Amino acid sequence: MISQLTGIERIVAAFTFLILICFGVAMAAGGRDDLIGTHGWVISLAGIAGAIALLRGYDAPDPSPDRLSEYYDDPSKAGIILTLIWGVIGMLVGVWVAALLAWPELTFDAAWAGFGRLRPVHTSGVIFGFGGNALIATSLHVLQRTTRARLPDQFSPWFVLFGYNLFCVLAASGYLMGITQSKEYAEPEWYADIWLVVVWVVYFSIYIRTLMRRKEPHIYVANWYYMAFILVVALLHIINNLAVPVSLGHVKSYSAFSGVQDAMTQWWYGHNAVAFFLTAGFLGMMYYYLPKRAGRPIYSYRMSIISFWGITFMYMWAGSHHLHYTALPHWVQSLGMAFSVVLLVPSWASAGNALLTLNGAWHKVRDDAVLRFMMLAAIFYGLATFEGSFMAIRAVNSLSHYTDWTIGHVHAGALGWVAMITYGSLYALTPWLWKRPALYSAKLVEWHFWLALSGTVIYVFAMWNSGVIQGLMWRTYNDSGTLNYTFVDSLVAMHPYYIARTIGGLLFLSGAVIALYNIVMTIRTPVPAASESASDIPFVFEPAAPTAPAGE
Amino acid sequence: MFVGERDPFTGHQTTGHEWNGIKELNTPVPRPVYFFLITMGVFALAWTLLMPSWPYGSGYFKGLLGVDQKQAVAKSIEEATTGRAHWMTRIEEEDLLQIQSDTDLMHIVREDGRTLFGDNCAACHGANAKGNKGYPNIAQAPMLWGDDPQTVLQTVTVGINGTDPNTRVSQMLAFGRDGMLTKDQVSQLAGFVVSLSDPTTVTDNNKEDMAKGKDLFATNCVACHGNDAKGIVESGAPNLTDNHWTYGGGRGDIYQTIYSGRQGHMPSWGKRLTPAQIKIITLYLLDLRKQAVGPVTGGAS
Repeated sequence: MISQLTGIERIVAAFTFLILICFGVAMAAGGRDDLIGTHGWVISLAGIAGAIALLRGYDAPDPSPDRLSEYYDDPSKAGIILTLIWGVIGMLVGVWVAALLAWPELTFDAAWAGFGRLRPVHTSGVIFGFGGNALIATSLHVLQRTTRARLPDQFSPWFVLFGYNLFCVLAASGYLMGITQSKEYAEPEWYADIWLVVVWVVYFSIYIRTLMRRKEPHIYVANWYYMAFILVVALLHIINNLAVPVSLGHVKSYSAFSGVQDAMTQWWYGHNAVAFFLTAGFLGMMYYYLPKRAGRPIYSYRMSIISFWGITFMYMWAGSHHLHYTALPHWVQSLGMAFSVVLLVPSWASAGNALLTLNGAWHKVRDDAVLRFMMLAAIFYGLATFEGSFMAIRAVNSLSHYTDWTIGHVHAGALGWVAMITYGSLYALTPWLWKRPALYSAKLVEWHFWLALSGTVIYVFAMWNSGVIQGLMWRTYNDSGTLNYTFVDSLVAMHPYYIARTIGGLLFLSGAVIALYNIVMTIRTPVPAASESASDIPFVFEPAAPTAPAGE
Repeated sequence: MFVGERDPFTGHQTTGHEWNGIKELNTPVPRPVYFFLITMGVFALAWTLLMPSWPYGSGYFKGLLGVDQKQAVAKSIEEATTGRAHWMTRIEEEDLLQIQSDTDLMHIVREDGRTLFGDNCAACHGANAKGNKGYPNIAQAPMLWGDDPQTVLQTVTVGINGTDPNTRVSQMLAFGRDGMLTKDQVSQLAGFVVSLSDPTTVTDNNKEDMAKGKDLFATNCVACHGNDAKGIVESGAPNLTDNHWTYGGGRGDIYQTIYSGRQGHMPSWGKRLTPAQIKIITLYLLDLRKQAVGPVTGGAS
C-alpha cells in the first residue's frame, strides 16, 4: 500500500497521521474525565497504526511511472473486504436486537447490551459500515472505468477509506459507551461529525478531479447518481448536525435546532439519507454492474434522465411525511405527501429501466445468481418505493405510523434493494478486480441468493402482519367508546412475528457470512497458471460479462 | 458523434456513447411514464389545492376544503366525548355503591377498566393484579390501606409515598442498616416473623431464638404491625400472619426487609387520570377481587 505512494504522497500521509495523533492526544488529555477521552485514544491509536504502516514502507522505491497506464483499484479491493466484514457485524447485531425484542431479558443487565445502545450499532453498521464502504469501493471503480481516467492520486482514496472507517468505529463504539445525539441515523456526536465532513470533502474532490480529467466526452449515468449521493449527503450531514458542544473536552453537544424545527430538520435529513445514501448511490451501482453483467445496453437513456432529475428534485421535499399528524404544521405535511406521491413515477421508471435492460438477457438471469441478485434488487426497489409513496399518504400513515409496518418497509428496501444490489455487484466485481476467471463457488452464490430472498420475505411479511395488527389494535374502540386493547395486548400479539423476524434476519445473516467466505476464497485461490490447464478444469462457470475487455 | 448503432434485440438505436462496453439505447420514454407522471402530478396538485399547502411570505394557502388537523382532532375528541356521555356522566355523578348495583354500568366498568388497568396499573401489579415481587397482590391479598370502596378510591387518587400533598405515607425502618438492631437480632426477629404465618418452623432447637425474636417484635414492631401482628390499616402496615408477602416471605427476604427497610411507591394517579377514570379503575379492581380465584402468586412466599 505504502509502496504505491509517491514521495510527496508519503510526506502528506506522514503529516496527516501526525495531525491525527495530535488531535487524538489533545482529545484524550482535554477529555480525560469524559468519554471523549476514550475516543481521543481511539483516534490516536488509529493515527499511530497508520504511521507505523507508513514508516515500515517509507523507504520503498518510488512507484513506477507505468502505474499511470493502469486504473488504481487497491482502495476498491480493501473497500470490498471492509464492506463484507461490516455487513456481517451490522447484520449480526441486527439479529441480536431482533432477538432482544422477542426475548427482552437477553440484556444480561449490562448497559451496553440494552436495546437503545445496540440498535444504532445495527443501523449505522449496516447503513454506513456496509452500505457506505460498498459505495466508496464501487464508486471509485466505476468512476475510473466510465471516465477512462485513473484516480488523481494514490493517497486521497486511502484517506477516504481509512477516515470513513474510523468514523464508523467512532460511531459504533460511541453508541456502546452511551454517546449519542439522539438523532436517528445521525447519532454520532460533534467531533465524529466534523471528521466525516473532512473525509467527505476529500471524497468529493476525488470525484471532481477525476471527472475533470475524463477521456470520455459524456458523463455516464452512474456518475450522476454517485455525485448526487456525495453532494447531497454532505449537505444533509452538515445541516442536520449543526450543534454547539458543551466544551471541546466533552462529548455532549446541543443541536442548533429545537422543537418542531429540529424534528423537521432531522426528517429532512433522515428521508434524504434514504434517498441519496441508500437510493441514489446504489442506483449508481446498479447502472454500472447490471448492464455490464447482463451484457445489454441500458434500455433507455431518456428514461434515465427523467428518473434522475425526478428523483433528485422530488425527494428533497418529501421528508415531512415522517411527521404526519404531529406538531408540524398541516401545510408542510400536505406538501410532503404531494411530493412523495409524485416521486413514485421516477422511482418506478428507474426500476423499469433496469428490468427492461434485462430484455434479451433473461436466460442469464435464470442461470446466473449474481445477475439474479441485481434483478431482484430492482424488483424490491420498485416494491419499496411503491410502499413508501403509499405510506406517505396521510390516511395510510395514520395506520402505519409508529408500527412495525415502517420497520418492514425499511427492510424491504434495505435487505431487498440495498443489500441485494451490493452483493450482486460485489460478486461481479471481485473476479474482475482480482483477475480471477470466476468466483470460488457459484453454488455458494446460489445458496446466498435463496437465503437472502427467503430471509427478506420472512422478515418483511412478519413485519407487515405485525405492523397492521398493531395499528389496528391501537385504534379499535369497544361499544362503550373507549380503547379496546391495552398496549401490552398489542405486544403479546406481536410476539410471534418478532420471533419470525429474528429467523428471517438469521437467514439473511447466514447469506452474508457465506458471501464473505466465498469472496475471501475467490481472492485466495491462486490465478490459473497457464491457459492449457484452464481447459483441464471440470466445471466452467459462465464468463462474467462477455463484452468486458480483458482486465475488467 | 451521435451516430448510434442498432441493437439487434430491441431494434432501437443506441445513443452512440460507450463506457467500458456499456451502451445506452435511445429508446423513447414509454408512454405510461408520461401518463403516470401527469396523473400523479395532477393528483398532487389537486391535493395541495384542497388541503392547507403552499406557503407565502406571511402565511400559507388554507386549502379549498378548509381542513385543519388541529380542528379535526378537537372535533373528533368532542364527538368521542359526546358518544361516551350517556354513561360517563353517570359514572361521574353516581357514588360507587350505586354504580356497583347497576349491571349496565358495571359492564362498561369491566370493559373500560380492563384497558385502564392494563395501561396504568399492570406494569407493577401485573395484568391479573396478582402482583410481582415488590408490588402487592391486589387481587387477593388484604389491601394495605383498607379495602372499602371509598378507601381504595382515595389510595389510587393520592398514591403511596407519592407526589400528592395528601399522599399516603409509610415506611418500614432499616432496623439493621441504621443500627437499631444487631445482625443477630435481625436474624432472630426474621425467624419469629416467619413463624407467625408458619408455626411449624418453631422447633426445640430454636425455641430460645424464637423467644428473643418475640421480645424484639414486642419492642420494635408492634407500633405499626399491631400487638397481634395483623397489621394496622391506618399506617399501611401489612398483616404478618397471613400468606401474602409483598417483598417475599422466605426467611432471607424477611431478613432483608428488616435489615434494609422498605418504602414502596405508588404514583398519585389523581394527577394523571380523571376522577371518572379513577372511579372506573377502583370499581374494576373491587370487581376483580370478588372474582379472583386461583393460587396466590407474585410476591407471596
